[in-house]
Amino acid sequence: MALIKVTSPHATGQQRTGRLMREVMLATLPGLAVLTWLFGWGSLINVIWAMLIALASEAAVLKARGKAVGFYLRDNSALVTAVLLALAIPPSAPWWLTLIGVSFSIVVAKQLYGGLGMNPFNPAMAGYVLLLISFPIEMTRWFAPGEGPEYFMGSVQLFLGRYAETVDLMTGATPLDSFRTWAGDAAALANEQILHGVFAGVGWEWVNVAFLLGGLYLLWRGIITWHIPAGFLGGLALCALPFWLYDPVRFASPLFHLFSGAAMFGAFFIATDPVSAATSRWGRLIYAALIGVLIWVIRSLGGYPDAVAFAVLLLNLAAPTIDYYTQPRTYGHDKAKRRTG
Amino acid sequence: MSSTDTTAPTGIDLEQDTTPAATPTADYGALTNNGLWKNNPATVQLLGLCPLLAVTGTVVNSLGLGLATMAVLIASNLVVSLIRDVVTPAVRLPAFVMIIAALVTVIEMVMQAFTFELYEILGIFIPLIVTNCAILGRADAFASKNAPLPAAYDGFVMGLGFLLILVLLGAMREAVGEGTLFANMHLLFGEMARDWQITLVADYRGFLVAILPPGAFIGLGLIIAGKNVIDKFIRERARRQQGPVIKGNRRVRTTGSVN
Repeated sequence: MALIKVTSPHATGQQRTGRLMREVMLATLPGLAVLTWLFGWGSLINVIWAMLIALASEAAVLKARGKAVGFYLRDNSALVTAVLLALAIPPSAPWWLTLIGVSFSIVVAKQLYGGLGMNPFNPAMAGYVLLLISFPIEMTRWFAPGEGPEYFMGSVQLFLGRYAETVDLMTGATPLDSFRTWAGDAAALANEQILHGVFAGVGWEWVNVAFLLGGLYLLWRGIITWHIPAGFLGGLALCALPFWLYDPVRFASPLFHLFSGAAMFGAFFIATDPVSAATSRWGRLIYAALIGVLIWVIRSLGGYPDAVAFAVLLLNLAAPTIDYYTQPRTYGHDKAKRRTG
Repeated sequence: MSSTDTTAPTGIDLEQDTTPAATPTADYGALTNNGLWKNNPATVQLLGLCPLLAVTGTVVNSLGLGLATMAVLIASNLVVSLIRDVVTPAVRLPAFVMIIAALVTVIEMVMQAFTFELYEILGIFIPLIVTNCAILGRADAFASKNAPLPAAYDGFVMGLGFLLILVLLGAMREAVGEGTLFANMHLLFGEMARDWQITLVADYRGFLVAILPPGAFIGLGLIIAGKNVIDKFIRERARRQQGPVIKGNRRVRTTGSVN
């Protein structure tokens, strides 16, 4: 008797991990372009250097773990981690800063936990926080917008760590730094040029617009859903609004919060990491809104000018709990099942 | 962090303790192997993590706290073993804790008298030796069932095992975090030890994470992983040396003559 093999007409999706990750990298291009336009070639050099390190360290760990190196490298996830971390690092960063950050992200924050899909924390942000608390000077050395090295060689000098020899540069406080320093002093705030761009911090507003465009591309392509960006930006803005109305000299406006730091980058590229974020719809909204609230709290009351990395890592820790309480109803059941049995 | 120590039941220790209890002649080789490697309080039992993670920023801190813990462990094991026939099971844990607390107070006063600066640096973690579960664990699992001499020896090797991991972690964190080794040893050994410092990298910029608490967790994780790798290697080698298993004829004969 011949057995007839019947296969179901399973839907064949195009959402391979490799393609998904490639789209994410593609979506960061506008942001990278604006960063390069404002701060010189440093960001571009960092991104390429970080990608090389990520591939090398991922391949090394995969080999040590006895996994198929080529197969796992082709899912591009290491490259995305590298790109995201490199975009968050200041363009004046020397080569060793990126090296330490990216190799920590890949080796410790991702592979030691079991590789892609197993990491409880966003690898890029784990690497960023490691660098921020270990090397605070290098990690906060941003140029004033438009005052970065004009020539490619200037950026290369910085990359090689010859910061002292590139004297024709002007580093400056970022808008968030500046507001933090002068909050409460109306005259000084009016005096700070960097706070008064077209609608938010000078230069940084365009960085945020570019990442917003990249994020909208991801939404349009269906790579991410609207829940996390909406929750993130909504949480941040709604938290900032009443305090700004109450005292605009001490608390920055919602628009300033949304467009002057890493808010757009965080909302569309960092918090949306499918591995470390919450997964149910309500869960995603709650998770992202709490990140937004936490960012406002740390920015306004905490010790750091920006807080996307800290907020994301803290909520990564809470994501399993959020998922547990927001399990969707299973088809055919009245209520979501809380426990088995 | 200290509360995690007290909540860990001593039962963990009882289950893992493979030493034969109350043997007439104690096997000192097995005790040594247990304390230093097989049942090491820091890497296998994971007891006393509070001081292990909190004060191992430098070698001198680790060594100071390790020696204090070891002294308490030897003395408490000895005393507990001496009174083991007098204490009823119902009150044994309070009695042991009282003994340990008294001994820790003594050590604390000694450190205050002779190594005052180190005493200031270690701060709360000296009194917290009381809550170190390795000590109560050994008192309950071994000392209360064995003669004084083996008990004291067990305290010594267990303390040494703990001390070695503490110093190793301290050295790792100091080397990576500050680029030095054995800095400030005069806090423990007096003026002659002031120049024991080895500078590994001149002009080291410092790697703060290694000194901060995350560095302790990462460092301990790497040490445990290293131990597991060595254990695996030893197992593999033992299996290789055994040679291949020779298959005998296991067929059961059902016909013919069975002999």
